[in-house]
Amino acid sequence: MQYMLLVYWDEARQAVATTEQKAATFAAYSAYTEAMTKAGAFVAGSGLQDSTTATIVRAPDGKAQVLNGPYVESKEQLAGYYLIEAADLDDALAWAARCPGAEQGTVEIRPLMIY
Amino acid sequence: MPREDDQSAVKIAEAVARRSYGKLVAILAAPTRDVAGAEDALSEAFTSALAEWPVNGAPRSPEAWLLAVARRRMVDAVRRRQVGTAVSDHLQLLAAEWEARASEAPHIPDERLALMFACAHPAIEPGIRAPLILQTILGFDAQAIGSAFLVSPAAMGQRLARAKNKIRRAGIPFRVPDRTDMRARLGAVLEAVYATYTEGWSDPTGAVVRLRDLAEEAIWLGRLIVALLPEEAEAYGLLALMLYSHARRGARRDLAGEFVPLADQDPAVWDDGLIDEAEALLSRASAFDAFDRYQLEAAIQSAHVVRRRTGASDWAAIERLYDGLCAITGSAVAAVNRAVAIAQTRGAAAGLAALPEPSPGNRLVEYQPYWAARAELLSRLGDVAAAHEAYDQAIGLAAEPAVRSFLQKRRAQSSIPSKV
Repeated sequence: MQYMLLVYWDEARQAVATTEQKAATFAAYSAYTEAMTKAGAFVAGSGLQDSTTATIVRAPDGKAQVLNGPYVESKEQLAGYYLIEAADLDDALAWAARCPGAEQGTVEIRPLMIY
Repeated sequence: MPREDDQSAVKIAEAVARRSYGKLVAILAAPTRDVAGAEDALSEAFTSALAEWPVNGAPRSPEAWLLAVARRRMVDAVRRRQVGTAVSDHLQLLAAEWEARASEAPHIPDERLALMFACAHPAIEPGIRAPLILQTILGFDAQAIGSAFLVSPAAMGQRLARAKNKIRRAGIPFRVPDRTDMRARLGAVLEAVYATYTEGWSDPTGAVVRLRDLAEEAIWLGRLIVALLPEEAEAYGLLALMLYSHARRGARRDLAGEFVPLADQDPAVWDDGLIDEAEALLSRASAFDAFDRYQLEAAIQSAHVVRRRTGASDWAAIERLYDGLCAITGSAVAAVNRAVAIAQTRGAAAGLAALPEPSPGNRLVEYQPYWAARAELLSRLGDVAAAHEAYDQAIGLAAEPAVRSFLQKRRAQSSIPSKV
């Protein structure tokens, strides 16, 4: 099965991180992505630029409205995602638990729709 | 004599339904995790059995027969329900899995434990785990489970359906966890079994047949877990605890139906066979050198029932064990029981001093045994007015008529000064 790991974190805390802390976070994610790739679990994934760059679109009556984002104002914002191949939920949970994002924030695990 | 054949075929079907329901659901659901689909297919297979067996005689292996019919039904249902590429994947998966299994025939593997672990998975909402196990392993319907857990059958049905949906769609595995995850995962399974037992225990007179079944079914599940996981001390502890409680079942009411507290129960009414079995399980559990909540609670029961031989409960041991239980669980209920033990070993004043105070966090304000214990101790210390107040609170909270009338009698007795 394929699962999406959605990584949320506190942007305010990241904003005050030191250069060393940012480098450590980057290194941790690189190692994690590398391990996933070697295990054959990695399908796709990336970090996202922070939520101040977000824009939202709605077209309730067919006419598109463009608004300043993010969609949900909250302390923890979507910061990145991984799309992984896993045998079952436990397998996906094991990958989520190793994600640096689990330590710094929250990782939501969602199975992909099967068509 | 076709009539007798009819009867015996129906009896066999009923016996298989009782003994093997969960076993068959577990096997049917394992490949695709479709619990609801497995239950539907199995129920259709039972319907066919009740139509065919009385006519043609029961098959030599009723379980294998039911399994074969249910599998065909499941494949049919998948064909009917699904469209697109997923259908062939699904069917291939079913076929491959079952073919592999068929080569193991005639032995039918026991996947019930794996199914229980799926039902008690951390991704499943805790409150629905016990109902889910009752339904999938024992075949209870939403009506029966709803009435046992005081939830409307419709709401219970919806929650069960949602949980089964989650198992299937989120990909919750049917697997007995490995050693690293076992502790945490087994805890959830045992908690669900114990919740089942305590629901059944709440019907002391055995008036509600369904609830009486629940306590016995929980013990049955406890025995199953111990048989399948013979290396887990916690499972022995839970089974021992349930058997000790069950042994005292009949002694909780006198012949007139009045409530009898543990201290006044006649040990002659206790079930010696169950107590002996519980003692043996507890000694096996303690051999593992790992202490947990169930083992401690079972040991407390053991120190109570020692009275059947010595004439007195071992209150000093009970107090020490409650110290341990309070340390492990931090439970306010355990703290109340510890205070009751202290009142026995060091007097009512020490017991009252050890009694925790109700706070918004511990919900003691609505815990009837707390107010009964408090009233009892105050009454022993001669503080009649405060005792009455506590008795009134306990009486107001009592859910069973026998307990209510017992407390009302104690309240009346507490006014008599010579009692002090």
